Amino acid sequence: MTTILTYSFKNLPSTSKWALRFSLRPLSCSSQLRAAPAVQTKSKKTLAKPNIRNIVVVDGVRTPFLLSGTSYKDLMPHDLARAALTGLLHRTNVPKEVVDYIIFGTVIQEVKTSNVAREAALGAGFSDKTPAHTVTMACISANQAMTTGVGLLTSGQCDVIVAGGVELMSDVPIRHSRKMRKMMLDLNKAKTLGQRLSLLSKFRLNFLSPELPAVAEFSTSETMGHSADRLAAAFAVSRLEQDEYALRSHSLAKKAQDEGLLSDVVPFSVPGKDTITKDNGIRPSSLEQMAKLKPAFIKPYGTVTAANSSFLTDGASAMLIMAEEKALAMGYKPKAYLRDFMYVSQDPKDQLLLGPTYATPKVLEKAGLTMNDIDAFEFHEAFSGQILANFKAMDSDWFAQNHMGRKTK
Amino acid sequence: MESKEMWQLFELTHPIQSMLAACKTPQEVVQISQEAQRTFEKLEKSTKPVVAAISGSCLGGGLELAISCQYRIATKDRKTVLGTPEVLLGLLPGAGGTQRLPKMVGVPAAFDMILTGRNIRADRAKKMGLVDQLVEPLGPGLKPAEERTIEYLEEVAVSFAKGLADKTISPKRDKGLMEKLTAYALTIPFVRQQIYKKVEEKVRKQTKGLYPAPLKIIDVVKTGIEQGTDAGYLSESQKFGELAMTKESKALMGLYHGQVLCKKNKFGVPQKEVKNLAILGAGLMGAGIAQVSVDKGLKTILKDATLPGLGRGQQQVFKGLNDKVKKKALTSFERDAIFSNLTGQLDYQGFEKADMVIEAVFEDLSLKHRVLKEVEAVIPDHCVFASNTSALPISEIAAVSKRPEKVIGMHYFSPVDKMQLLEIITTQKTSKDTTASAVAIGLKQGKVIIVVKDGPGFYTTRCLAPMMSEVIRILQEEVDPKKLDSLTTSFGFPVGAATLVDEVGVDVAKHVAEDLGKAFGERFGGGSLELLTQMVSKGFLGRKSGKGFYIYQEGVKSKNLNSDMDSILASLKMPPKSEVSSDEDIQYRLVTRFVNEAVMCLQEGILATPAEGDIGAVFGLGFPPCLGGPFRFVDLYGAQKVVDRLKKYEAAYGNQFTPCQLLIDHAASPSKKFYQ
Repeated sequence: MTTILTYSFKNLPSTSKWALRFSLRPLSCSSQLRAAPAVQTKSKKTLAKPNIRNIVVVDGVRTPFLLSGTSYKDLMPHDLARAALTGLLHRTNVPKEVVDYIIFGTVIQEVKTSNVAREAALGAGFSDKTPAHTVTMACISANQAMTTGVGLLTSGQCDVIVAGGVELMSDVPIRHSRKMRKMMLDLNKAKTLGQRLSLLSKFRLNFLSPELPAVAEFSTSETMGHSADRLAAAFAVSRLEQDEYALRSHSLAKKAQDEGLLSDVVPFSVPGKDTITKDNGIRPSSLEQMAKLKPAFIKPYGTVTAANSSFLTDGASAMLIMAEEKALAMGYKPKAYLRDFMYVSQDPKDQLLLGPTYATPKVLEKAGLTMNDIDAFEFHEAFSGQILANFKAMDSDWFAQNHMGRKTK
Repeated sequence: MESKEMWQLFELTHPIQSMLAACKTPQEVVQISQEAQRTFEKLEKSTKPVVAAISGSCLGGGLELAISCQYRIATKDRKTVLGTPEVLLGLLPGAGGTQRLPKMVGVPAAFDMILTGRNIRADRAKKMGLVDQLVEPLGPGLKPAEERTIEYLEEVAVSFAKGLADKTISPKRDKGLMEKLTAYALTIPFVRQQIYKKVEEKVRKQTKGLYPAPLKIIDVVKTGIEQGTDAGYLSESQKFGELAMTKESKALMGLYHGQVLCKKNKFGVPQKEVKNLAILGAGLMGAGIAQVSVDKGLKTILKDATLPGLGRGQQQVFKGLNDKVKKKALTSFERDAIFSNLTGQLDYQGFEKADMVIEAVFEDLSLKHRVLKEVEAVIPDHCVFASNTSALPISEIAAVSKRPEKVIGMHYFSPVDKMQLLEIITTQKTSKDTTASAVAIGLKQGKVIIVVKDGPGFYTTRCLAPMMSEVIRILQEEVDPKKLDSLTTSFGFPVGAATLVDEVGVDVAKHVAEDLGKAFGERFGGGSLELLTQMVSKGFLGRKSGKGFYIYQEGVKSKNLNSDMDSILASLKMPPKSEVSSDEDIQYRLVTRFVNEAVMCLQEGILATPAEGDIGAVFGLGFPPCLGGPFRFVDLYGAQKVVDRLKKYEAAYGNQFTPCQLLIDHAASPSKKFYQ
């Protein structure tokens, strides 16, 4: 569920400065971004759709992404989201009353701030007249926020949208057990001492065992790491391939960081602590070191390890999207056009992590593009075994014919 | 370095059965066993590590092979089960299983496995120490999922074989505290003796001395532990030889064969696969049929006439599925997904898409006629109409149909989700495709199927009825219901005869007895129907009404006799005939009437094969499995002896005991057997 927030480092296309800027974008929507007129590499086709407004990205920012349990651990999610929002205001100088709507995505909700978009926006100094809502969908909640915004823009409901995402894995809501909650709620309703005592007499020690938020799929009870390991095995992705790919991702991210290319990062000053300016999870290691790690999910013979997966992450991001004419009228130079997007879903057991394979050809076809039109793809995924499995699937005629209903890959 | 794969290689049934079938003497069987023991011992002592990679069923000989390897890796899916089902065939694991299992999983668990023959799922096997590692099944990759999973299992197994060879992996398993304590306790001879005693008591109580295998198993395991492995192996092979020659084993193996036959559709593939099923009547049977249908993925409509009736039926289906969740056979998510295959309704909406309608409304001909007409007005032309009835002739139900070729009988047994049998009844007009369709659905529902011709009581009810008539007669002769129950269970019936009447329902029994009495006359006489009539009039309908021969109370396990029955029984009292009233005679009076009627069904062509007759009797009516069914019983016991007994009782009571012609033919020529 942390794929989006964490994976921005992992699959960075080496050449695209653009890609570095937005940690959040719809799965495989890189295609439109790359082919968009704003990126003037080899603009061939216009992807504008008749009678539909052009949607543009004005700018976007994010807080540094940290391993959970590190410097952000005492914060709350809306603190991070607020930082991203103030960073965006600062970066774009957008007048706050212009913003029509604010949408955030999050996966594990903090119950105190269930509409985290609203709480963060109020604190960040947006107008209290600007409505906000929060969306959820594992892995891609921030993309869900953006595409929700696209819908509001194309339908003419709004002209200016702020979309973002936040996750704080350092703290998750741990609840009392159902039995304990029921007893506490019943106690509230009990009127007499006798009723209260009789309820209390039903207390058992096991009521105190806490209930953790599910890190597993509800339908299959399988965690994502476990699923990734099985997926890698299904496509015969070796441990070495995974380690090599992870090393590549970390090395490229490190290079980008060192060269100062991660210009979307805005510093975050943790109250009572230092100011954070950099992601702390970019750690290129050596293949020898990586080979020593034990498997994290399928023990003792699995292939997914801590070194070839993304870490649990704390962080937030926000971006300003507008109708093209509005952006131009306000004097902005758009960074990108949002042309198309595609959501897919598959069998939650065996194909949970195969989204890119299904979505990529569909979104290309929908936009009338081919592989040749694309300079760089960007996929946000949590496990190198997973993305490599997706590559193998996308490269397989057998898979296309037997599972995707396509004639060829 | 090497890893052995053996998916279902040594699957118990075929090799052993055909091998044993060829053996004429115990010595030959002993030899087979000893040869297997030697081979597996070589494997066990091999200096190269051998890893067993297990996917699918690893039963009997397959399991014995696996536990001879140094290491076991199994696929963690529902298809993968491990077990020693030999006891279910009246045998024991004869290739070292009785010796290795106690060492591997501990004495109590080994006894449980070998004596019950139960299938153990892979995850449970891991916990017990029966397998060392599990491999999760994979989804589709660049090949079909199953193929890649097997390949992956092999890769993992090879990596472990390498690890074992260069000693980076130890074949020894960390035992938990409880396991260590149990193991320690078992080093004390006194504790072991207590365990043997306990297990033996339990086995004696459950088998009532009718099945020789479990006691021999205890003996063999004990020999191995107390006198060492050599003595254990010797005892294992000898007892295996002895058991293979027993009548019980032959009967059980016959049943196994019959069951395999009754799991096939000999009517071919139906023209149109049934995808949408509709069931009329959400009572016990209707809801039961719905449950076994939805959990196989069939879209099922459950229709009832009233909302409370429908609600009760839906609750029954949910409870059935939820019980599986409690046993961890399903996840709660799967339960919900399965339950959403069920649509409950009061009208005929959606019947225009139904491929098959099974009616399970009350057993009343005019009601069945009414629903048949109503349904035929709304269903498409290809739709099959099946009637779930235990006694109403299907041709009479079909009489009002516009398309009698599409009408068939499907007689389910209660409780539907537990009873394996389905009796399918064809009339002269039923088309072959309709039959194929009904068999296909039954197989999908996981049933063992017999297909019989139409007639009063079909096969199963017709066999049961004369026996029930004799039950009444015996009760009239002042045999206490408890005594009768114990006589029948000690003969091998799973449920006592009086209890059976209570379970079936006294009103149902009366109904059937009246109908069949009219159709068959004297042969179904003996007991007085008046007994049932009086019970019904007093509301003693059996378990469902709380009172029958016994009193049933929620939460009370021990059954007490219903003392209000005394006056009814006293009023219908008849003097017992001393020459045919010994305990053994009482048992045989019941069984021979059953057997005689079964053979008559074959003679009249109601039954197509003796095998179906045996399967129907054992799986539907609880005929003693150790006897293998009425036909196997005649073969093994001797047709002449059966006829002699019938004649003796005929002399005392009259025509209801007259042996049928086919039975007399078999008695006349000893070479004639139902099973050649």
